Amino acid sequence: MAQNGSHGHPTHGVYYAVFGALVIGTLLTWGVAFVDLGIFNPIVALAIACTKATLVILFFMHVRYSSKLTMITVAAGFFWLMLLISLSLSDYLTRTLTLGQ
Amino acid sequence: MSHSQTTTTEHHPALAHQFDSLEQQKDASMLGMWAFLLTEIMMFGGLFAAYLIYRLRYYEAFVAGSTSIAVTLGAVNTLVLIGSSLTMALAVSAAQRGAQKVLRGFIVATMLLGLVFLGIKAVEYHEKYVEHHIPGGVFGKFGPTDIEKDLQEKDHKTPEAAAQIARQTEIFFCFYFAMTGLHAFHMLIGFGLMTWLLWLSRGNRFGPDYYTPVELGGLYWHFVDIVWIFLFPLLYLISRTQGAH
Repeated sequence: MAQNGSHGHPTHGVYYAVFGALVIGTLLTWGVAFVDLGIFNPIVALAIACTKATLVILFFMHVRYSSKLTMITVAAGFFWLMLLISLSLSDYLTRTLTLGQ
Repeated sequence: MSHSQTTTTEHHPALAHQFDSLEQQKDASMLGMWAFLLTEIMMFGGLFAAYLIYRLRYYEAFVAGSTSIAVTLGAVNTLVLIGSSLTMALAVSAAQRGAQKVLRGFIVATMLLGLVFLGIKAVEYHEKYVEHHIPGGVFGKFGPTDIEKDLQEKDHKTPEAAAQIARQTEIFFCFYFAMTGLHAFHMLIGFGLMTWLLWLSRGNRFGPDYYTPVELGGLYWHFVDIVWIFLFPLLYLISRTQGAH
């Protein structure tokens, strides 16, 4: 429970648990890729990838244990990335739907 | 200006004079590293966005290209890289405890796993080379690729449509090589950082008070892992069930 400083890292048990979750996530996304879910294939794959990335960021990269300034900086960066991808795709996806038919 | 340093308090050799404490110095370093990593994330993010947009535009070609790359090798590589992230996290933990030998062991393990990753990547690249899937001036100049034949035989495309889609897979392979190549280049930089950390650890300077270089090297290595965590599904997985309707 770091308040403001960067004390305290996770125990090795936490590292191994995160590693196990990442391995399970990888096997899951690999297996699900061969099940036809239609439009949900990319959504499931990216949801698993986001979960894995979040685990790496919070525990391996110690953001969970970092200063609030670091937390908010990281969050702002990923928010900006989401803006880039979601606004670009909302444009192109809707154009493709109208022009493609 | 050139006053001699204060000798009233014990002064850690790693503490730069502009910081009040080692903790403040480490927080500043972490913040600076994250600012750098976020610019890296925006660079890869631009490629991800472009990939997704072109995938909408040339959907059939992206499906054909994506199903032609070796998903098993990609999945094994994902596991290898996740393993290297674990050894990197344990290396940072060892540095924090001041266990220099353990630190060096985990850094070497991280580099070895990174080497396995690049070796598998080289096998994949070689496969693409043999199949004439490398984009560039000679793309499509070696006769119909296996992709074009599959499009005719399995997807029942007309010869003209199959030829056109096969030609457009060059765009997929441009993205494939640009994204995995840029990622592999970051791995090479990671090797440089790991070598530097090995060099630094000779002086037994890392311990509970000061291990910032290892922490920052770890941040970089985990970032490269995160990029791959997204590259794997985007390039290898999301189109698997979309072919051969």
